[in-house]
Amino acid sequence: MNYSFQFDAVIASWDYLLTGAWLTIRLSLGAMVLGLIVAILCALGKTSGPKPVRWLINAYIEVIRNTPFLVQIFLIFFGLPSMGLMLSPDMAALIAMVVNVGAYATEIIRAGIESIQKGQVEAGLALGLRPLQVFRYVILKPALRTVYPALTSQFILLMLSSSVVSAISADELTSVANNIQSQTFRSFEIYIVVTAMYLVMAMMFSGLFAAIHRLVFTYDLERR
Amino acid sequence: MIRSFSINEFYFLLSAVQWTLALSAIAFLGGAIAGLLIALGRTSPIKPVRLAATGYIQVFQGTPLLMQLFLVFFGATVLGIDMNPWAAAALGLTLNASAFLGEIWRGCIQSVPRGQWEAASALGLRYPGLMRYVILPQAVKVALPPTVGYLVQLIKGTSLAAIIGFTELTRAGQIVNNATFQPFLVFSIVAALYFVLCWPLSLLAARLEARYAAPGR
Repeated sequence: MNYSFQFDAVIASWDYLLTGAWLTIRLSLGAMVLGLIVAILCALGKTSGPKPVRWLINAYIEVIRNTPFLVQIFLIFFGLPSMGLMLSPDMAALIAMVVNVGAYATEIIRAGIESIQKGQVEAGLALGLRPLQVFRYVILKPALRTVYPALTSQFILLMLSSSVVSAISADELTSVANNIQSQTFRSFEIYIVVTAMYLVMAMMFSGLFAAIHRLVFTYDLERR
Repeated sequence: MIRSFSINEFYFLLSAVQWTLALSAIAFLGGAIAGLLIALGRTSPIKPVRLAATGYIQVFQGTPLLMQLFLVFFGATVLGIDMNPWAAAALGLTLNASAFLGEIWRGCIQSVPRGQWEAASALGLRYPGLMRYVILPQAVKVALPPTVGYLVQLIKGTSLAAIIGFTELTRAGQIVNNATFQPFLVFSIVAALYFVLCWPLSLLAARLEARYAAPGR
């Protein structure tokens, strides 16, 4: 092996890499928040909507879960403009991520909702809460508490899969790496550093989510 | 001259499905063999082996699959090996699959009740016999539904091989789109073809899960 590693190119564009990482984080957080809103609405529709609505939501979930993220990105970025809706790469990336994570999160939240016992709902109604209040306080809150760990690992998966949006040249971490690579040709050095950055980001967020879980989502009785 | 989307373009996409399937099959077979070793390592009684397997899984589950493919592709050049996109995609997906299958199967091995391990060693079985005759046959039943479910994830993952330039279904879609400029039609068909491959597997995984769900647990 007579290859000499040269990390100067990576070090020289350190701030550029950090900008990319920051956009990756913002994209992922933004997509997760919007995706959760989509997911809560879809889970509500799937558990208590009329039949056509349930059918539509099921179709959405199955289509998204059984096709590759990359193809979904291409459909949104190249397909929508042909129907007259122009999108910047970053915007297309965000929409693709919301649509994608929305489907997975719907299934997670639905599982949480179905874990709530029927008696709880009846008790809520008996106490005079209106149906929406029952949904909000009796169903949704405990359900989210139950599925919080699953949602956080879904977020990590989302953040890692966001590297795929580099295929449409959004400005996130992987695209930044591609740009530096095409100017300096130090491919391996750049990608190993960027891979390490993703690993650090994934570990940081799982640590952060675990801390939030202990502080916010634990019942007082469970807290040690 | 812009070509229009005709039956020939559709056949081109359809024939690219075989490369998606070939890549999935290779990654699954390779990943299954390596994944079994990882799962055994992860449940091993020897601590350094356990730590190494845990680290391997953490790295592959904590980094994007696309980066892993890039590293295999460009890393080969560092080692002075001429790697074509096909080999890089196969190797990268195999490594990735081995980490995911290893973690899935670890759970299955550990789901076998403690008493079974104790009974087997009380009967005088050493590690190889204990695994082969007592633990693994019981773990396989638990492992079947999530493994089929993972297969869906793997097939979808092969689409990333398009980015390093291997012509499977997604890359074929890009090529046809570049010639016909009908992105919505082309990528809808590509998505539909993936759906046809993945949906039956998803349904099968759900059915297996319902069937093998331990009663009264």
